[in-house]
Formats: sequence, structure tokens, C-alpha cells
Amino acid sequence: MKGHALSSSSHEAPRLTVESLRFDRGGPYSFSLNHGICAGLKGVSGVGKTRLLRALADIDPSTGSVVLNGRGREDYKPHEWRRLVAMIPAESRWWHPLVGDHLPLDHDPRRADELLRSCGFEPDVLRWDVTRLSTGEKQRLSLVRALIRDPQVLLLDEVGSGLDRDNTELLEALVQEYLEGNKAAAIWVSHNQDLLERVATLTLTMLADGLRLTSEKESR
Amino acid sequence: MNVAILSPLDLSIAAVLIIVLAGLSFKLKLGLEAQILIASIRMTIQLLLIGLVLQFLFASGSVWLVILVSQVMLLAAGREVRARLKRKIRGWFGYHIGMTSMFVSSFSIALLALLVILRQDPWYEPRYAIPFLGMLLGNTMTGVALAADRLTSLFYEQREVIEQRLMLGESRSEAVSDIRRDCMRTGMIPLINSMAVTGLVSLPGMMTGQILGGTPPIEAVKYQILIMFLIGAGSGFGVVCAIYMIENHLFDERHRLVLDKLLPAG
Repeated sequence: MKGHALSSSSHEAPRLTVESLRFDRGGPYSFSLNHGICAGLKGVSGVGKTRLLRALADIDPSTGSVVLNGRGREDYKPHEWRRLVAMIPAESRWWHPLVGDHLPLDHDPRRADELLRSCGFEPDVLRWDVTRLSTGEKQRLSLVRALIRDPQVLLLDEVGSGLDRDNTELLEALVQEYLEGNKAAAIWVSHNQDLLERVATLTLTMLADGLRLTSEKESR
Repeated sequence: MNVAILSPLDLSIAAVLIIVLAGLSFKLKLGLEAQILIASIRMTIQLLLIGLVLQFLFASGSVWLVILVSQVMLLAAGREVRARLKRKIRGWFGYHIGMTSMFVSSFSIALLALLVILRQDPWYEPRYAIPFLGMLLGNTMTGVALAADRLTSLFYEQREVIEQRLMLGESRSEAVSDIRRDCMRTGMIPLINSMAVTGLVSLPGMMTGQILGGTPPIEAVKYQILIMFLIGAGSGFGVVCAIYMIENHLFDERHRLVLDKLLPAG
């Protein structure tokens, strides 16, 4: 299992390649993701799924090689890297008074409208006070505030868990549309087997000492 | 005009008031009588000692002694800033932050005042140098410690916000911009407020002391204005310095938050 490279079959160079990633006591983890691929990630509680995402987003220190579009992580400035490899945490925090304040100042308003509508909001949600957001609304909006920054890899940590079916489906559709439209890749951590079966092209199971490919769909 | 010389008897009369207070504390079961007495005795001994040191210092007029005493004062102030943090910074760097910001807030400002404004001969004239440094250290320490304490607390409490801002691709400077502004304001506002009421609500101790010593009030007032300007500017500079140093210390080279550099709250 160690160092076993997992990748989806395609002729293109992979979007993201991870080799011998180690953090805390976990690893080494190696895999690669092609354009448009969503990898589901599961594993027992405490095995370090969230920590793996945090290491990939470079929020926590890790060793090993992480390569995006052929360039190593260390060749990107820290904030550039995190804009491109965006982690969307399970529980989003909101630090400005209004929802709209959390979008970049120079965002394209038409793109914002598009993203908001595709996950079930009217554009006036940007003028809402963040204190009135429900859990489901926060999750959907945290995806919007990440996607508007055009990331190339999405790291979704239990996003969509604990939501009702309608909300979850909106999220899934938005992510899939984004991956296809932007040739991005995603890792979606979830305990929800149904969700992973719907969205994930391949599913990885995380162990303390490596990753195991548990299922792979035929190429779409 | 001379100061009325205080006899030990005069001081004893004032000390009786403290003993009465200790008795009151006992009667009201406040449990503070020991603390009141110990603090009074400590204060008396410390002041008598510093009186002796100053008398010796003024008489000798040695530049080396002035430097030695000022360094001891600076070290003590730096240590005190660290001690006032609820979440202290691990290791030697905690002292370094306190001392460097107190150097900026007080030492550099006192030096400037001595060299450019007071222009005594010699410039390190201990009768000016030591009280100026002492007043600057004592008055700027509060602001610097307040700001630093708030920053370390907020970094800890708001780590998730900081991390999520980083996750969205903000630089570390953007990610903590609101916290930084909040802490700098916290550190500066007490001094601005105290400047605004000086002379109206409070008569500063230094000015009162000078007047008691026989200085014409208008001259004492000029000194007070000078010292207020120095304290105001010094604590502002010290606050800015402390905030940037701590901020810099709590991120690593990849702009990751490193909160294990903070000790648990104590």
C-alpha cells in the first residue's frame, strides 16, 4: 500500500499529484487527480481525513511533494497556493457583517449571480446579515465564496453532511458543474456513502499508512 | 520656596490610616489585611531603596551607572509586559517582544528627549534621564501590555476565522487585518482618553510633585505637556511594534498559524 500511486486514467497530465505526503504520524500518502475528477475520501473517524485536507491546503505543515499543474507547492506563494487549492471546511465561519463582504472586492458580479442562483439563492443574499444564515445556507454560501475565487482543486470537508436531500443535491450539482466547466479536481471527504456514489469518480479509503482505492467508476 | 521636609512621625501618621484600613478589612471579613500590610511594607522598602540609589546616582553622575540603572528598568518593564499576558509566548521570545517594544516606546523616546529637547550638560544628567525613562516605561507599559494580551487571546480564540481566511487565499496580513486593527486601537485608546481629561479630572503626579517642590505652576505644566506628548507617542509606537512582532512570530514562513508557540492560558 505504501507509496502506491493512485490515479484515474487519462492522457492529460494530472491536475494535482501528491507523493509521499506525511504529517503528524500519518502517511505516506500518494495519489494524483486528473482534470474534472472528484475523488471521494472516506475512512474511520480520527484517521486524519481533515488533517490530510489541511496539509494539502498548506494550513498545517507536511512533508512530501505536492504538485499542481506541474509546479511544486513551494514554487507558489502561500496565498496563491491556497487560492488555487481551496479547502472548504465543515463548519464555515463568517467574519464580516454582510454575506457579500466575504466575496473578493474585484469579483465579477455576473459570475456571483450565476453561482448564487445555481445553489438556490437570489442575488440579494449578498446584502443579508450573516447572523441570519442557517446551517444549510452557510454551507452552500461557503462553497460560493470559495468558487468565486476560481480554485483549481477543491478540498471539501464533510460539506453536505447533515443537510437535507434538496440542499445536498444543489451542492453536488454545483460542484460537478464547476469541475467540468473549469477542469478542476476535487477531494470530497464524506461519511455519506450515497453522496460519494453520486459525485465521486473514484473513492479512496484512508488508512494510517496510506490510501486504498476502493471503487472507480467507468470514465464518463 | 522649599518642600516641607517630612519627618518619620509625619509618615507614621499616614501609615496609621493604612492600619485602620487593614482593621476594616478584618472587620468586614475581606481577607485583605495581610495583603494590605505586605504591599505597604514592600512599597516603603522599595521606595526607600530607590531613594538611596537615586541619591547615590545623582551624586556620582557616572554615565555607566545611568546606563546600568536604565537597563535594569528596561528589563523589568519587558518582563512585566510578558507577565501581563494571559496567553504567554513560549520561550525567550516572550521577553524579547516585551523588551523591544518597551525599548521603542520608552528608551528611544527618552533618549530623543534628552538629546534634542532637554539638552542638559551632560546629556545623561541622571536627575532628568532616570525620571523621564521611569515615567515613560511606567505609562507606556499599560498600553503595550493591553494590546499584546488582546492579540494573543484573539489569535487563539479566532484561529478558525484566521485559518478560513487563509483558506480563501488571503495573505496572512489580510487574514489578521481586523484583529490587528482592533488590538492597536485597544492599546492606544487609554492614553488618548487620559490625555483628553488631564488637567480637568486628574492632576498628574509629576506636575503636582514639581509644584510642591516649588516650581512655578506654568513651568510644571510645560513639563507635563512635554511628558504627555512623549508618553502618547511612545505608547503608540510601542503598541505597533509589539503587535507586528507577535503577528510575525505566530506565523511560519508558509503563512501557517503556529499557535503552539503560545503557552496555555494561566
